[in-house]
Amino acid sequence: MKQLKPVDVVIAGGGWTGLLMAKEIATRTSLTVAVLERGPARKMADYAAGMDELDYNVRLRLMQNITEETVTHRHSVRGDAVPVRQYGSFQPGTGVGGAGEHWGGVSYRYEPDHFTLATHLREKHGAARLPENLAVQDWGVTYDELESDYWRAEQLIGVGGKAGNLRGKIVEGGNIFEAPRSHEYPNPPHKSNYLMTAFHKGAIDLGYHPYPVPAATLTRTYRNPDGVTRAGCVYCGFCNRYGCMIGAKAQPSNTLLPVLASRKNFELRPGCWVRRVIHRGGKAEGVSYTDAAGEEFLQPASIVVLSSWTLNNARLLLLSGAGERYDPATGKGTLGKNLTHQVCAGLQMFFDKPLNSFMGAGGMGEAIGDFEGEGKLDAGMLRGGGFRTQSSGDGPIASFGRIPPGEAKANWGAEWKKSSLRWYDRMGSVMFEGDHLAYRHNYMDLDPTYTDKFGDPLLRMTLDWTDHERLQERFAMRIQMGLAKAMGARPGGMLRGVGKRYSVTYYQSSHVQGGVIMGASPETSVVNPWLQHWRVPNLWVLGGSTFPQSGWGNPTLSALALTCRAADALINRYLKRPGGLA
Amino acid sequence: MKRREFITIPAASLGGLLLFTLDRKPLRAQTRDGSVRVPLKFFTEAEARIVTAAAERILPGDESGPGATEAGVIIYIDRQLAGPYGRDKNRYTKGPFVESVPEHGYQGRATPREIYREGLRGLGDFPALAPALQNEKLRAIEKTPFFALLRTHTIEGFLCDPMHGGNAGLIGWQLVGYPGPLMSYRDEIDKNPGLPWRRKPVSLSQVLGRPVKGWEEE
Ligand SMILES: Cc1cc2nc3c(=O)[nH]c(=O)nc-3n(C[C@H](O)[C@H](O)[C@H](O)COP(=O)(O)OP(=O)(O)OC[C@H]3O[C@@H](n4cnc5c(N)ncnc54)[C@H](O)[C@@H]3O)c2cc1C
Ligand code: SF4
Repeated sequence: MKQLKPVDVVIAGGGWTGLLMAKEIATRTSLTVAVLERGPARKMADYAAGMDELDYNVRLRLMQNITEETVTHRHSVRGDAVPVRQYGSFQPGTGVGGAGEHWGGVSYRYEPDHFTLATHLREKHGAARLPENLAVQDWGVTYDELESDYWRAEQLIGVGGKAGNLRGKIVEGGNIFEAPRSHEYPNPPHKSNYLMTAFHKGAIDLGYHPYPVPAATLTRTYRNPDGVTRAGCVYCGFCNRYGCMIGAKAQPSNTLLPVLASRKNFELRPGCWVRRVIHRGGKAEGVSYTDAAGEEFLQPASIVVLSSWTLNNARLLLLSGAGERYDPATGKGTLGKNLTHQVCAGLQMFFDKPLNSFMGAGGMGEAIGDFEGEGKLDAGMLRGGGFRTQSSGDGPIASFGRIPPGEAKANWGAEWKKSSLRWYDRMGSVMFEGDHLAYRHNYMDLDPTYTDKFGDPLLRMTLDWTDHERLQERFAMRIQMGLAKAMGARPGGMLRGVGKRYSVTYYQSSHVQGGVIMGASPETSVVNPWLQHWRVPNLWVLGGSTFPQSGWGNPTLSALALTCRAADALINRYLKRPGGLA
Repeated sequence: MKRREFITIPAASLGGLLLFTLDRKPLRAQTRDGSVRVPLKFFTEAEARIVTAAAERILPGDESGPGATEAGVIIYIDRQLAGPYGRDKNRYTKGPFVESVPEHGYQGRATPREIYREGLRGLGDFPALAPALQNEKLRAIEKTPFFALLRTHTIEGFLCDPMHGGNAGLIGWQLVGYPGPLMSYRDEIDKNPGLPWRRKPVSLSQVLGRPVKGWEEE
């Protein structure tokens, strides 16, 4: 293994959180920062030629190559896991910018109760009435403490939306259920189309409170506090799973790299696959990695940051023996626990009129806040979720064959073709995105059998739904039926959904969290409230892996806000006095 | 080297359009009776004839509009199977291979190429059968991984960008009313409520004004 010249900070993973941390450190200090990214370099100029549904939306050209590395899954500790052989329920990114290049830009904040969920549920229901295997925890940070960082993240990526609660003042037209925000959104909401207008009207007729989905697909030309100017979205519809050809969608490559490019203390190394965190006696000494040519290196560093998305953050720590492995039988150990995903269930809605659904943007949509977090829920439900309709842009391959149930006997042949043409471009949906509570039996460890391209053990997910998620799904279906009717649409089949058992075969969301969770005590969490490893204080871990449980909304804005907070702690406090922060 | 195999498709069904939509290389030659001969990259001619006939049952050309044959679906599938996808470069293929619950999806060892080869063996005389009998044969294999792939690939080949070999002459996009990968709907997005916004479709290379390659060719 070739030993390289030491750097001050080495960052494993060059996506949203890793490059944000790099930007903060490299612009605010003179420390040398090296980002190691396993995938290729990416640039905006490539994205126009990438407006191809087959290669990008079907074959998932921007995603991590699954032949090289995947995860295994099993439903419970009884039984062996099998590999996820082709992408289904979630899609890991790769390359500079990570999944941040091909995300949708939907940018919610979590609400205050979510950060103190264990305390909140105990106080509300009494510990005795909560499911026995519930493992939700407080985050060790409150919404109020994080508010200014949410605001920084929103400015960084230029979120467009409408505030519903400005410093405690309720504002109609925004999300009136949201927590107080200190500022109006940096940009106005997206334009509204036929589908969103129908949703808005239907929701009001039912007494709900609609608001525009907050989005980082820029709603106008915008210059952020770093001086980076990006163009407004032109609604091309090649957004989710594609990179934006004009830089309107906030991506690490168009938002962070322009700032980093001029920094002499910053270095980005694509094609470098981090294999281990090297640590001794509670101190990280660097990382080992393999480059694109297959050569192995040791990169010594004074500070190590992991930002390789949820699954690899957990896997790298497990492979490196940095932390105590969680054991679901005893509840002991912290590394790998509290694996959560997202409870996603949608209803198809069929309209008489065409929707022009090939137009749209990843973040374009209309939502209701009435059941976010809580609200008037069914008996037995602890948490609800958000409902929204979206116009994120649908290609013809995905759209063809979407017909109301019962319209054709088979899903091929003349009758089916005719019906597919009749209903082409007539389908919208209402999606439910619910909290996924943490349970003792859902966790991550290393698989004893399957390996990646280097022969390292894969991450094993042990994960299944419980009655609570099925209650959420049933509840969602009822609300969605009501909304569909109020919109004058014909309800169709279910999209995504929980079902009897967790399935890896269809897309649910790429919001997988936990495994390296944050918290107020080393007994119950792996990293402290500033995302610093409890036992290895010069090791920091960023992103959804630190979330003790999954909130109802898309996670990225929260991950960015927490990264801002971690960067402040690292720069303002840790550097002055290295050691565990308190 | 393997002998080059061709499939002959009536030019009437292709409308001569493939000639201008498919890439630079002269991929096919017009025969004397007006049909075109397309060189195959993966299938044998016999296999290609079965796939063509079966895809046509999935998406038949009829009074509702053109179908799989006219769109050149066979060319699309042939190229996909010849490329990395066909060789399973988009799948985790390390063993052991064990059967599992349906929630874990296809866990088998066979690649898409092998699934096709095996599936086609069971459809020997397919092209010679009358359409009703062909439908019956397909119904009998409806639940197999082979049919699932064939159905999916037929839709893809009908509606993909023509750089991939299907959707000849943008026939699929014309039929459904999809305008192609246009760069901007800034002035359209909030207009046309409930009204179709339709244009004569254009391919990605037409939009960009330069040739574009599909992943299968890289
Ligand atoms: C299709 C899609 C749509 C989405 N839409 C939304 C949305 O609308 N709203 C929202 O909030 N979120 C959305 N997400 C999720 C969002 O993309 C992620 O939450 C976000 O990118 C996470 O940031 P990250 O830094 O943790 O990971 P990433 O941005 O994925 O970056 C991680 C990086 O680490 C690299 N890496 C991994 N392992 C290693 C290793 N061993 N060595 C070196 N490098 C490594 C990866 O290659 C990757 O580049 C979406 C995701 C997908 C796939
Ligand atoms: S829809 Fe808008 S933000 Fe998304 S890729 Fe197109 S132009 Fe960019």
